[in-house]
Amino acid sequence: MSGILWHLANVAGILGVLLTLAGGLIMVERRLLALWQDRYGPNRVGPFGLLQVAADMIKIFTKEDWTPPFADKPVFIIAPCIIMATVLMSFAVIPFGPTVGVADLDIGLLFFLGMSSLGVYSVALAGWASNNKYALLGGLRATAQMLSYEVFMALSLMGVVMLAGSFNLRTIVNAQQHLWFCVPQFLGLVVFTVAGIAETHRVPFDLPEAESELVAGFHSEYSGMKFGMFFVGEYLGITLISALIVTLFFGGWYGPFLPPLLWFALKTAVLICGFVLLRASMPRLRYDQLMSFGWKIMLPTALLNLLITGAVVVARHAS
Amino acid sequence: MNAVFYIAAAVAAVSTIMVVSRSNAVYSLLYLIVSLLSVALIFFVLGAPFIAALEVIIYAGAIMVLFVFTIMMLNLGPQTAEQERKWLSGRAWAGPSILVAILMAEMLYVLWGGDHQVEGRHIVEPKEVSVALYGPYVMIVELSSMLLLGGLVAAYHLGRRVHGDGKEQQP
Repeated sequence: MSGILWHLANVAGILGVLLTLAGGLIMVERRLLALWQDRYGPNRVGPFGLLQVAADMIKIFTKEDWTPPFADKPVFIIAPCIIMATVLMSFAVIPFGPTVGVADLDIGLLFFLGMSSLGVYSVALAGWASNNKYALLGGLRATAQMLSYEVFMALSLMGVVMLAGSFNLRTIVNAQQHLWFCVPQFLGLVVFTVAGIAETHRVPFDLPEAESELVAGFHSEYSGMKFGMFFVGEYLGITLISALIVTLFFGGWYGPFLPPLLWFALKTAVLICGFVLLRASMPRLRYDQLMSFGWKIMLPTALLNLLITGAVVVARHAS
Repeated sequence: MNAVFYIAAAVAAVSTIMVVSRSNAVYSLLYLIVSLLSVALIFFVLGAPFIAALEVIIYAGAIMVLFVFTIMMLNLGPQTAEQERKWLSGRAWAGPSILVAILMAEMLYVLWGGDHQVEGRHIVEPKEVSVALYGPYVMIVELSSMLLLGGLVAAYHLGRRVHGDGKEQQP
């Protein structure tokens, strides 16, 4: 009985923390961006502008939730749900601490890859169902971008799998007790980070919603909480990618002195700030640059990493 | 676990029927994705988590996205749905229905004989699949990789653009 209760507490706790975090990140990102760009950012509502999130939430909930008459209604409504569902499901396999985590799947990493590939439907269907040329173009761009970056996202992780000998994320964390995988898998880390940014379509890979050419891309027609779900989905995506990088390359919950859960949170927070710093400092790429960068530089790098790691693992087995 | 299997199987059957009977291509595809996901769940329950994951990643996550992508790019209007609706007339259903009825009768006959069990299953881990693939079946893996390389070269050739002056341009 206490086992089931502990499990339920786990699920509720993780969901609660994640959803609060996704809301809070909006304010954190605005403040950090402002700091790096030498201005104040939102600092009027509450102490240090902390209540800005609450104000934004009230605003977005009370806005008219309008479905355009020319849109394909069921698909239009289902699209923002898909991104939230797939990202939140992916968190199920992440081990936040030695005893914290929802599911201990042997195919954990594959589960994440499956969920992230299902997430593509969200943008593709949103673009199609809006029945608007800008939304369609944004959706097409997003689909092509996510499909191509998924390929070497998966490939870059196979080095980690080879070293740990398992797809289970808990086993992968335990394999990093003495040496974090960011050292032997540095190439994998770089490729995965780039692919992760592209999967969440953040700057510099935010071509699907390039406002200078596509209004707002695939979510042009969305308003109210449906738009809010895309927005929160993006922040959850950033948190997910950061948490995965910590799990796969930076030793998960391992660290001296502090409790494991705190280490995990600290490492993830640092990576999220890194994502924000990227947004503050990088210009947006051109679409053909993005594609050729993916296929001509990132894919060969991922394959090279796979080849070298495979050779090292085989040689170590032989000796 | 048996209940999970039967529910997933029912979802798969219903969504597959919806795939065939929808006149809007995008709706058909969405139902096909649901069908593939429920088949993945069936694989998972039957003790093949690796195959289930691959089903989601490859079929539902990659191939179907390409289908949706193509349909989006063609951006067919409501007149195609109208045309499709005309094709789905009552007479068109007769042939397939008879064939499916024969299959159904055969399946019922096999099921009647017993000898089918969801229990007593054996869980196949990724490692076992890999050992089998790179052990006795390594030749097939190599051959299929050659086939894929051939497909890649052909796609590259087809994707090349030739200008009016006969000069080739890199894709």
